[in-house]
Amino acid sequence: MMGKVIEEEKRQLSDYIKHYRPKQILRDRIMESIIFLGGLSAVIFTIGIFLFVIKEAWPFLSSRFSLMEFLTNIEWYPVSNVSVRYGAKALFVGTAAVTIGSMVLAIPVGIGTAIFISEFCGPKFKEVAKILIELLASIPSVVWGFIAVMVMNPFIINVLHEPVGLNVFNASIILALMSIPMIVSIGEDALRSVPDTYREAAESLGATRLEVVIRVIIPAAKNGLIAAILLGVGRAVGETMAVLMATGHSVAIPDSIFSPVRTLTATVAAEMGEAPKGSEHYQTLFTIGLSLLLITFSINFISDILLRKSWKRK
Amino acid sequence: MKKFLFLNPIVFLMFFLLFGCFGLKKSPEDFLIIQNKGSDTLVNLAQVWAENYGRINSKVAISVSGGGSGTGIAALINNQVDIANSSRSIKEEESKKAEQNSGKKVTEYVVALDALSVFVHPSNPLQGLSRTELACIFGSEGNCDNWSQIRNTVVPGCKNNKIIRVSRMSNSGTYQYFLERVIGKKKDMRLGSMDLNGSKESIDLVQNTPCAIGYTGMGYINDHIKALCVTWDEGGPCIPPTLENAMNKTYPITRELFMYTLGEAEGEVKKYLEWIKGIDATKLVIKMGYIPSPAYWSIEDVNRLKAQTQGQKL
Repeated sequence: MMGKVIEEEKRQLSDYIKHYRPKQILRDRIMESIIFLGGLSAVIFTIGIFLFVIKEAWPFLSSRFSLMEFLTNIEWYPVSNVSVRYGAKALFVGTAAVTIGSMVLAIPVGIGTAIFISEFCGPKFKEVAKILIELLASIPSVVWGFIAVMVMNPFIINVLHEPVGLNVFNASIILALMSIPMIVSIGEDALRSVPDTYREAAESLGATRLEVVIRVIIPAAKNGLIAAILLGVGRAVGETMAVLMATGHSVAIPDSIFSPVRTLTATVAAEMGEAPKGSEHYQTLFTIGLSLLLITFSINFISDILLRKSWKRK
Repeated sequence: MKKFLFLNPIVFLMFFLLFGCFGLKKSPEDFLIIQNKGSDTLVNLAQVWAENYGRINSKVAISVSGGGSGTGIAALINNQVDIANSSRSIKEEESKKAEQNSGKKVTEYVVALDALSVFVHPSNPLQGLSRTELACIFGSEGNCDNWSQIRNTVVPGCKNNKIIRVSRMSNSGTYQYFLERVIGKKKDMRLGSMDLNGSKESIDLVQNTPCAIGYTGMGYINDHIKALCVTWDEGGPCIPPTLENAMNKTYPITRELFMYTLGEAEGEVKKYLEWIKGIDATKLVIKMGYIPSPAYWSIEDVNRLKAQTQGQKL
């Protein structure tokens, strides 16, 4: 009796394998290879973009380019009746100025908000705040540019009585608002990944909530928080449209936070259209693109390493 | 059955597109293409003309490209274009070369005038500037950074009395012309100006910025900014940028914009050039911020047309 049942089950199983397994295996194989191709394409695209930018910049890099001129000369005359000069110092300084300015504003606000959302506020408010912050992240950069020109510009001139409204200060505020959502959401993830046992242990030793956060949570989530900041920096360095509109687009070393500047990204965006393909000017713009790529790549690389470290702990 | 229903609209759409395309395609016999190439200053106007002409004469398509006046004339010499656009008059050796190549004399048509106006914020007490003062403000050899350097001017509402120079991107025809005419052929603009992308943008910026000075095509001037008169020769009269002064060429920053053909224009090309002289094309000239050619239009006509075109779409 028993043997018969087992025989029957065996038969059913082998039928099942005969009929269904090959299909399943095939489906799995197909899905697997699609996902593999997806993953592979990301790698190929990254390498491809690097190679493309280097290829376009190479004729300039291998002939006229001098790192000294590029980094230390402020004379950016890509089109000139006298002599063309490609000194990008002012552009590097411009990018650095708006990045530092925006981070001075964005880091305290962003990290502060992340700590508040993750450690202090109630669940209902948390939901609302997260949705609103994500909404802030979805505003297109050209809209930020409009705010810079239409709202911030008259404000700076009429209320602060500065000579120019489009300047480092204006761009820093706009960039800070753009990178805060990123800092908040990644920072909050990092704080949340600190195990609750840490909090419980600290509280059982008699620490107040503030002490828990400052002495335990922040040190534990340090790497993740730094990664959040670095990704915000990367965003600020790479942003183009909003800074093109907000900085005043002026090749000069700023002497105050109310001086107009020009950034690397804005220069590429504004001049790419006029530079004939393959010309020296075009190659120079690709050289700027390559420097930007190297800057953001190294920032992302560092933050990636830090994020990995913070996950490992968990 | 379900599948079929799902496919149906797509199949229908594909067929529709396929046959739709066949229907739209015209055979080359009943379709004449006029090649038009040259000046970047004129290219925007030429494009608007071409578009509008295409609407009233569907048998002709005008292909407009820029590249600069020299490019256009070179193409005319090689008989590659029907009409060459130029913002300078043709040189003698160029017209000789063209005659040698084709056996036809080059015919010149003045299609419009281009006049630049220098403007400041209405609170600026200055009424006019001389050529040397303009070169001091904008030129790379000048050093005027403060309004007090210009006849001890004090601009109310302008912090530190600093001059904010509003210029244009180096690909702009306006920039090139201003540079070559006011500052000098073998000169550069000084760095540190705010290099904007369009005429409208520079006007918007100057009308909000008491310290600013900018320049633009005369047609863009409005009531929110103050256009300055220009003294060309030391001790000469200060000439305000009015339509009259531009059309009788007493205003110094005015130039003629030309179209050139090989021999007298014939057939469809002649019809097109006749249309350009006409009222519809002239309205477009005014709309685009250029000045109609005094060869065909009196000042009264132009003022009347200007009143008519106000608020009209292109």
